[in-house]
Amino acid sequence: MDKKTKTKKRDKLGRGQNASAYTYAMLSFAGVMAFLIIWQLLLVAGIVSDRYLAKPTELVVLFVQKFSDPAPDGATLLVSIWASLRVSLTGLILAIVIGVPLGLCMGWFKALDRLVTPIFEIIRPIPPVSWIPLTILWMGIGLRAKAFIIFFSAFIPCVINSYTGVKLTNKTLINVARTSGASYVETFYKVAIPSALTMVFTGIRVAVGNAWSTLVAAEMLAASAGLGYMILMGRMFARADIIILGMLVIGAIGAFFNGILSFVENHVIKWR
Amino acid sequence: MKSETVIDNRPVKVQVSHLTKYFGSLHVLDDVSFDIKKGEFVCVVGPTGCGKTTFLNLLTKIYEPSEGELRIDGELADPKKHNLAFVFQEPSALPWLTVEDNLRFGLKIKKLPKEEIERRVDRILKLLGLEEFRKAYPGQLSTSTEQRVIIGRAFAMEPDLLLMDEPYGQMDIKLRFYLEDEVLRLWREIGTTVVFITHNIEEAVYLSEKVLILSNKPATIKEELKNNLPYPRDIASREFVEMRKHITEQIKWW
Repeated sequence: MDKKTKTKKRDKLGRGQNASAYTYAMLSFAGVMAFLIIWQLLLVAGIVSDRYLAKPTELVVLFVQKFSDPAPDGATLLVSIWASLRVSLTGLILAIVIGVPLGLCMGWFKALDRLVTPIFEIIRPIPPVSWIPLTILWMGIGLRAKAFIIFFSAFIPCVINSYTGVKLTNKTLINVARTSGASYVETFYKVAIPSALTMVFTGIRVAVGNAWSTLVAAEMLAASAGLGYMILMGRMFARADIIILGMLVIGAIGAFFNGILSFVENHVIKWR
Repeated sequence: MKSETVIDNRPVKVQVSHLTKYFGSLHVLDDVSFDIKKGEFVCVVGPTGCGKTTFLNLLTKIYEPSEGELRIDGELADPKKHNLAFVFQEPSALPWLTVEDNLRFGLKIKKLPKEEIERRVDRILKLLGLEEFRKAYPGQLSTSTEQRVIIGRAFAMEPDLLLMDEPYGQMDIKLRFYLEDEVLRLWREIGTTVVFITHNIEEAVYLSEKVLILSNKPATIKEELKNNLPYPRDIASREFVEMRKHITEQIKWW
């Protein structure tokens, strides 16, 4: 009893001591709040001019307002989000559907590895954004063009991680299957693929990040709608609040994607 | 104890003749020949680096021999046709499968009927007392429990030949004693033919019905030693200690 009260008293977040989950949650919350309050105060006190930055409170108002008001960039927030999502998801899903199986097969089948890897190594170091001008030349600035650029940026980590995941399969586990009489192909899908899954998910995570950042770049260069376009318009009209709102929404959607991915990952990779 | 250890008229299960292996110019195995009877427990001992693992990998057909052959029931061994099971030196449970799915793994590859798979899995789980871990993943188990799953998986195959490559090499003495008894129990219960590689002489004497002593590289069979001590063996008995000493003498290469 005595000991219990003692540990409770010393529960002051010192080294090696743990507070309750509630305390930690409140700490994180306090951190965010402090950040927002300082931001707000800097603007209220006039230390930072509101030409450069918008107040958090104004952003909340703008966020609500943008649901119905298309000014100044010509689209409501939902329309912009939808435009961006459509492009990025098209590119991303294509990249995953093509890239992951290709990478897995490249890792297992030597002939395919030798056939594809050299081409791949040549294309790989080219930054996805540098494909934009050529893509505009080929396909204009529509959905197809942007989806293509995003496909490119997301495709590469999907292939590389799946490939590496298969390559890193524990030899002993392969031998377990082989000595049980499994064929080469059976060993591939019974051992190599499950063993590569963790790496595949890491690849998809990188792909989502790439797709999202490339999206903004693509839309800022060539688009007529979307979140990147909204930011660009914010710059043209010197509206810091529009730019910041665009950035925050992009960040939030990115975080949302990550959350979904973690959820799926935890359900697929149950053994960790 | 049973009288079968005195007059051994079990049929020959595995026939190894003139097994030889070169890796490039490195001569690892030299003309190794021996027989294993059906249901026999054979231990292979030898000095470190003498090619014990190569020997085993030849038996499982992970490597092809340079010369010689391995016959099971008179036929050339083939993992697709014969039922071989292997317990590797390093932990080899498939981390993405639950304990019961690990046990099913080899049986599914062999495409056994579903009822038969379930019957065997249940039996092994019961024999090893692993029922409570049925749905657990290997990562959630202790090292020794994981090793038991692997051993159980091998026995579940009811293999023609079970090969074990220093399965207890990394374990402390308490666990080893425990798992040695476990393996004997499974062996007697299921009647599997076992080849058990170890560098632990005491372990070899404790487990085996026959000890193959390998020489230094290139390895040949230095001696084939019958071990008729009754089970369970007393590691402090005079015969046990004598046999241990004898094998130690044989292995010495200095």
